[in-house]
Amino acid sequence: MIQINNISKSFSGRNVIDDISFTFETGKTNMIIGESGSGKTTLLKCMVGLNDIDSGQILYDGRSFTELNFNEKKDVRKEIGMLFQGGALFDSKTVEENVVFPISMFTDMSESERRDRANFCLQRVNLHNANNLYPSEISGGMKKRVAIARAIAVQPKYLFCDEPNSGLDPKTSIVIDNLIKEITDEYHITTVVITHDMNSVIEIGDHIMFIYKGNKHWEGSKQEILKTDDPEVCDFVYATKFMRDLKSKF
Amino acid sequence: MRIFFHFGRYFILMKRAFGKPEKFSIFINRCFEEMNLLGVGSLGIVAIISVFMGAVITIQSAFNFESPLIPLYAVGVAVRDSMILEFSPAIVSLILAGKVGSSIASEIGTMRVSEQIDALEIMGINSAGYLVLPKIVASVLFFPILVIFSMFLGILGGYVFGLMAGVVSNYEYIYGITYEFRPYNVIYALIKSGVFAFIIASVPAYHGYYTSGGALEVGRSSTKGVVYSSVLILAFDLILTQLLLV
Repeated sequence: MIQINNISKSFSGRNVIDDISFTFETGKTNMIIGESGSGKTTLLKCMVGLNDIDSGQILYDGRSFTELNFNEKKDVRKEIGMLFQGGALFDSKTVEENVVFPISMFTDMSESERRDRANFCLQRVNLHNANNLYPSEISGGMKKRVAIARAIAVQPKYLFCDEPNSGLDPKTSIVIDNLIKEITDEYHITTVVITHDMNSVIEIGDHIMFIYKGNKHWEGSKQEILKTDDPEVCDFVYATKFMRDLKSKF
Repeated sequence: MRIFFHFGRYFILMKRAFGKPEKFSIFINRCFEEMNLLGVGSLGIVAIISVFMGAVITIQSAFNFESPLIPLYAVGVAVRDSMILEFSPAIVSLILAGKVGSSIASEIGTMRVSEQIDALEIMGINSAGYLVLPKIVASVLFFPILVIFSMFLGILGGYVFGLMAGVVSNYEYIYGITYEFRPYNVIYALIKSGVFAFIIASVPAYHGYYTSGGALEVGRSSTKGVVYSSVLILAFDLILTQLLLV
């Protein structure tokens, strides 16, 4: 479980995150949604320590991340898997080497064990016969799957996904969404997904936080978000004509 | 005041880079990879430049030593001392600052803007130690070898082209390059090349590491890395000459 308490972050005097508190539950797909520029990615970067927060507290299963020293933070980070928006695969390494990399760094497995584990992870994300390809030689959807395989290679306790569907077609998006959901259930991990794709929210969202202008504006389940009357949330959820027409029919 | 900001941030990066590696075996492998990329990959350009520098110094020296009071073996002395004292350590380092420095800055800069460095950090890996330290170690260990290689090829180039141009005889050139040879000059050159190697690897790495933005900024970081490392090489050339030779 990850708890954030009263987190604030500003850049050059401009508040980007303002006093946000939330609990990301274990075994659930926790979604952070909001318009572009609302502060979703900044919040995620604060949570994983890529950005320092101005005030507040981040607790990873009771461990106060902000109060840990550099080495203690590194230990927490070893329990984190992250899927970046662009995949962030290492260009100079093949698909298999990308997945082997964290295993080599943090385990004492033999070379054959490492390769077996990497192949298991690649098969888990339904990626076959791509081991020797470089990131520049594979599609966007495959990159995301490799990134997921890399993220789960050392069995993380926390999985962060920054817009996992960006740049993907609707069908591949659903494949990636379902993969994230399956992995969350299978490994019983705390998953945090940032998205502005309502299809993802409806497909896999268990616990949802809506951020508006740097503030937590709303939280609830996917059933609740479809029924809420909050104008800002409705503006976001029913942004398209199709969704508005759908709403009017029910 | 901006210079103090960069100075401080550079030393913070170096402090992080010189932290204990996550896994020593991986660190050693990374050092060998970098030696291959940065060092062995530069052998060609160093060889070409050194041969031509030696040749040009030989011909220019012979052209300028027209006075009958100056013996012709002075051409060999001039080539040897020019190559060992200045051309091999300093000029080759300036060339390497361009070739290797831009490669380091653009590689690390691209990794920064494509979130690969963030990915390393999230995994709990000291990204500065993983990316920067092997480049520094590889450069400091391998660049002095390149400088020795350059000295040898420069003097050899001078010999071959000197004979071909007919400006110096075989005996005079060989006598010149052995005349009052001071082994300390080679040590001085190697100390300089070690310092320059550190600058060539660390300054562009600093600019690459703190790149923010996109492709345009990666290009800017690369340019800054080359320019600042070249200026620092020239400044440290003067300082080290003053300290070690005078």
